[in-house]
Formats: sequence, structure tokens, C-alpha cells
Amino acid sequence: MNDQAQNNIISTKNLSVSFPLGKTFFGPKLFVKAVSNITLDIPRGSFFGLVGESGSGKTTFGRALLKAAPVSNGHVEYHDEEVSYNLNDITKEELKDYRKRMQLIFQDPYAALSPRMTVRDILAEPIELMGLTSSREETDEKVREIAAKCRLNLEHLRRFPHAFSGGQRQRISIARALISNPKFIVADESVAALDVSIQADVLNLLKSMQKEMGLTYLFISHDLSVIAHICDQVAVMYLGQLVETAPTHELFAGPKHPYTKALLSAIPSLDPDDDSKAQRLEGEIPSPASPPPGCKFHTRCPFATDICKKDEPQLDYLSVTHTVACHHWKDLETSNT
Amino acid sequence: MMSEQLLNVKNLTLQFKTDEGLITAVDDVSFDLAPGEVMGLVGESGSGKSVTAKALMLLNPGNAVYSPESSISFTANGVTVEVFDLKSAKELMLVRGGAVSMIFQEPMASFAPAITIGVQMVEQLVLHKNISVKEAKEISIEMLNHVGISEAAKRFDQYAFELSGGMRQRAMIAMALSTKPKLLIADEPTTALDVTIQAQVLDLMSDLVKEFGMGIIFITHDLAVVAQTADKVAVMYLGKIVEQGPVREVIKNPKHPYTKGLINALPQLDDIDAPLEAIPGDIPSPLDRPVGCVFNTRCPEMISGRCDVDSPKRLSVGHDHSVSCFVAEEQSS
Ligand SMILES: Nc1ncnc2c1ncn2[C@@H]1O[C@H](COP(=O)(O)OP(=O)(O)O)[C@@H](O)[C@H]1O
Ligand SMILES: Nc1ncnc2c1ncn2[C@@H]1O[C@H](COP(=O)(O)OP(=O)(O)O)[C@@H](O)[C@H]1O
Ligand SMILES: [Mg+2]
Ligand SMILES: [Mg+2]
Repeated sequence: MNDQAQNNIISTKNLSVSFPLGKTFFGPKLFVKAVSNITLDIPRGSFFGLVGESGSGKTTFGRALLKAAPVSNGHVEYHDEEVSYNLNDITKEELKDYRKRMQLIFQDPYAALSPRMTVRDILAEPIELMGLTSSREETDEKVREIAAKCRLNLEHLRRFPHAFSGGQRQRISIARALISNPKFIVADESVAALDVSIQADVLNLLKSMQKEMGLTYLFISHDLSVIAHICDQVAVMYLGQLVETAPTHELFAGPKHPYTKALLSAIPSLDPDDDSKAQRLEGEIPSPASPPPGCKFHTRCPFATDICKKDEPQLDYLSVTHTVACHHWKDLETSNT
Repeated sequence: MMSEQLLNVKNLTLQFKTDEGLITAVDDVSFDLAPGEVMGLVGESGSGKSVTAKALMLLNPGNAVYSPESSISFTANGVTVEVFDLKSAKELMLVRGGAVSMIFQEPMASFAPAITIGVQMVEQLVLHKNISVKEAKEISIEMLNHVGISEAAKRFDQYAFELSGGMRQRAMIAMALSTKPKLLIADEPTTALDVTIQAQVLDLMSDLVKEFGMGIIFITHDLAVVAQTADKVAVMYLGKIVEQGPVREVIKNPKHPYTKGLINALPQLDDIDAPLEAIPGDIPSPLDRPVGCVFNTRCPEMISGRCDVDSPKRLSVGHDHSVSCFVAEEQSS
């Protein structure tokens, strides 16, 4: 194993996830390919963004990293300072350990918290289940510690989740995810349900906890403007595939894939005088049960030509960290200048 | 002159009777709207936007109590009516699907699940426009076509659940506009959509406004959506309109600390290194409304002894631009 790989907490290679589509007794079995052939490295310590329209396979990819999705091909490797696992041949014991090292934060802070438990018990549950503490005092100590970091006070700990606002509940979910001292967090649309005024607060909390606990995040969002502000690297997904990955500044200063450009220009600007409608996408994302041939984006791409309808584009490397999968990205560059 | 306005809302105050007590959901709200004008109504969830919109159509449930000062006057075809005086079902039709239509965040709320889109559109047209079923069908298909639904005649015979999210939203807009309303109330119509589809729907709506000239109240929690769609904006917090005015004015020169807070909290692409500033604290429960200015518990500029004691009055700070805030009052005097 080379040093390069050791610097990535997660490396996927040709990762595909397929869900069976109903049951057929005769004929070929049908599948939805929700994630298709994804090769991606997530550097340790990064705030890694994953963006795409709904249905593009973001959640499924995140779940595959947790070994909670039916991987049909490829593999996922995990490396931190202490252990390395290949999820394809991980033992039961190792999987138990692996699940201590990574946590999921969901979109919906309402559904994620059990209504019958006090906040104290909600926070204590993961470390009790994992057997990370040996006494109630020790558990309480840990609960108080993480609660304080997530700005929840002793009074809050005695209450039930329904007594909290959306932003507070999301802080409870974050505290619960972080209490076991994980290394890697998958945050799936964690601020999508929150008002903007509170969204910023939760994002800032995630960021400060990253510094404090040395976390790596996979931050899944359909909102590129949020990703722009919080992530240091971004991967753009369309219909199960990666179309572009780049460091955040590079992606926003010079997006290469027509889909990335379209996503960017769809974000409404706060400036009333800015009425750039440069690249409106027509139509909607096709069903992954019957994806188009060739480049999967060709049905909506304003620049598609015959080759796009036939051949799948390969990932091109602009640099070690910037990749794009488009037959025409180079032509588009020169025609722009 | 009054009759130039399409809608004139004055001192609208609305409380709900609940088991836990009286909830003030709308507190002394006044605004007006001219024909062809688009007003954005923004604020956090729970601020009273939907309830205000429903009041315009008298759609709030039986536990709603309006204050006697509340007035909503609506002018269509040269005739002005006081909405609170509408009594019979026939009179109420004016504001329910006749001259006033509403679209929602979740299009399934507009469509009955068991009947086709076409049947529902035709029923509504026949009811409000007094035309034949044949004519209604023609208008409906034409309207579906108009909002960019391909194979409109086929969609006409489909159920809403058979359409994709974006198409459903278009079908709902088609249905809402087929009666040619004078006022369209759009309650978070793009909130559940991907940005790409949101952009399509917003483009469609702005084309339709130009074409049909109806007034629109566009409810959203996203100030950027308002910036791109509305002529003027009213910012709502805990049932109060804290600031209102022309969009350009309010966004480029906000006066209320809450408006400023909303602007600073919004992640924007022109400066991705700018820190995101949250508005401190949480929106209080409506059962526990702050004394004085409703925003004082979260306001970074709060003046003790003033903002937590008295309610600020509406103060004019420019042409059609007004704000209710003691800090702004001191700055302007
Ligand atoms: N458990 C499942 N069974 C069948 N199909 C699924 C399942 N989970 C996701 N899918 C399908 O996989 C595709 C990608 O879904 P998802 O990963 O949720 O996308 P995203 O998170 O980007 O919105 C969708 O078409 C979805 O319907
Ligand atoms: N039928 C009702 N009974 C009691 N309270 C209600 C009712 N409808 C709305 N409310 C309350 O009125 C307030 C405003 O709600 P709403 O207009 O839906 O907010 P928004 O649309 O701005 O998110 C909320 O506190 C809500 O709980
Ligand atoms: Mg998802
Ligand atoms: Mg609402």
C-alpha cells in the first residue's frame, strides 16, 4: 500500500450498488443501478462535499461506505491512523469496530430522535451499546462533555426531543453522532430541513467540531451554495456516476462539466439585478432503472453530439484532484475563450 | 387611489384557539398589491406566512379568530369587496378558485388522488366560468401545453401521482391559472424541488405573470428566490411584518436587524470564503411571544428597556419602504 492511499480515509474503486427491481420468476432479473462505477478518494481531515439532484445516488453512496447498501461491484477501503479495512472482506468483529469509527447524521432531526427518550438517554445510548464506558458516572461525564460542545445545557438533557426547535434537534443529532469519538462522519442533507438562519449555526458547529476532533466529513447535499461555503473538495454526481471532482475553489472558479455549470447557474442570486439564465437545464433526471446509453447526461446536455449518445466518457484528469467525465469539456473551454 | 390596488390588507390579526391557549399567528399585518405586481412574503417557518395566505381566501380552520379591525379588500373587474363580508358559498367562490387561486409546495395537496388531472381541471372551470365541459377540456389541455407539459392531451387523462415532481408542479400551476385568476398565491411552490427544476418553474412563473398580468403573493423562506421573482417584499417574523418595501431597496439597504440577519445567513456564491453568520438563538414558540418587539430575544442590536418593553410602530424609511424597529427609528431621527 502506498503513502498516497494512506492519506485517504476512504477510497472507493469502481464501486457500484444495484437494487433489485421487484421479483420476476422468468427472464432476466431487473436492477436499479443507483451507484455506478465510482472511484473516489476522501482525504483524511477533509470536509468533502457530494452534490447532485435528488435521485442521483448520493445517499446510496454514503450508505455503501457504511456497508449498508448492496454493493454489486468494486470495493471500499478505510484507513485511519490505527486500522485499515477493506469492506469486501471485513470480519464481524472488525465491522463492529468499523461502525464505532464512523457515524451518520441524517436530514430529518425529527425522525432521527426517539420521542420517548430524554436527551441524556439519546446521547448515552450509542456509547452504552458500544460498551465504551464502564460506569454510569463515566457515561454521564461523556454526555455532559459532548452536550456542552454542541451547546446543550444540563436543563436540555432532562427534556424530550419534542420540546426542541429544528436547529436544537439537529445539534442533539450531531452530539449523538460525535459522542463515540468517531473518525469519519457521513452527513446526509443535514441542514436541508432547517431555516437559513439556523442552517448557518449547524454548519458552523460541524466545522468547529471537525477542528476539535480531527474529523473527516462526507457532506452530502443537493445545495451547491452550502457546499461552496463549507467543503474543501467537491464531487458532483449525476445518475449514479461522478461527473466532476475538484477542490472547492477550483470547481466554483472554473467548472468544467456542463452539468456542474448548469447546477451553478440554477442557484438563485440574492442580487435582484443578476438575471443570468445562462445555462438552464431542460427536463428532469431520467430514472436510473432505464438510464440513457452513452453519457448519462446527454439527454439534457445542450452540447451533446453523436458520440455522447453512444460512448460513455472516461474520467479525465486535469490535475491529481480535478477530474471531469465529458467528451467535450476541452472544446467547451476553447470555444469560451 | 384605492381602486388601483388589487388587494388591500389592513390590520390583519389572527389568533388560534388551542388547548394550550391562544396563539397569535398574524399580528397587525398590512400590505397591498397592485395588479401585475409580485410580492414576496419571506420568513422562517412558523412566522405566519401560510396562515396569512389562507386568510386571504378565508381558508383557516374554525379555531381561527380574526380581530374586528382586520380588513381584506379585494378589487376585481372594477368592483371592490371586503373579503370578511363574503358569506354564502357562492360569494366565497370569488376568492376560492375564482379570482384568487393558490398553489402549494406539495402539488399532491391540490390534486385529489382518485380523479384524473383533466377531470379536476374541467370541474373547476365549469364551476367558476360557467362554460361547457367541451370548452373546459379545450382550455385545460391548452393550459397544460402552455406550462410546458409535453403530450398535454395524454397527461390530461393521467393522475397526478403518475407525473414527475417538476411536471406535477407545472400541472398545478396550469390548474391554478386556467380560471384566469386576478391574484395567485404561491405558497413555497419551489421549496421541495431541486434547484434545476426550481429554476425552470421560476422562469415559467415569470413568463406567465408577464402574459396574464395577475398579482402574485410568493411565499418562500429563501430571500434569493424573492430577489429573482418579486417586485416588492414583506419580511415576516412571529406573525409581524417587520420590514417591507421594493425588493432592490430591502435587499441592498435592509433596515431591520432580522432582514440583515437573513441576508448574512444566506450562503452566496459571489464570496464563498465569507463566513456564514447565523441569527443567534431560535424562533420562540408562538405560545411564548416576547414582550415588546417580537425579535428582541434574538436581536444583536437590542436596546434594553425599550425593545423588550414596547412594540415598535411602522416607520417609513423611503419610498414604499417601511420598517418596525426602535434601532432604525433612532438612526433615522
Ligand atoms: N432501497 C432501495 N430500493 C430500490 N431503489 C432504491 C433504494 N434506495 C435508493 N433507490 C433508488 O436509487 C436511486 C438513487 O437514490 P438515492 O441514493 O436516494 O439518491 P439521492 O440521495 O441522490 O437523492 C433512486 O432512483 C432511488 O429510487
Ligand atoms: N389551525 C391552527 N391551529 C393552531 N395553530 C396554528 C394553526 N395553523 C397554524 N398555526 C400556527 O400559526 C403559526 C404560523 O404558522 P404558518 O403560517 O404555517 O407559518 P409559516 O407558513 O410561516 O411556516 C405557527 O406557530 C403555527 O403553529
Ligand atoms: Mg438522498
Ligand atoms: Mg408555510
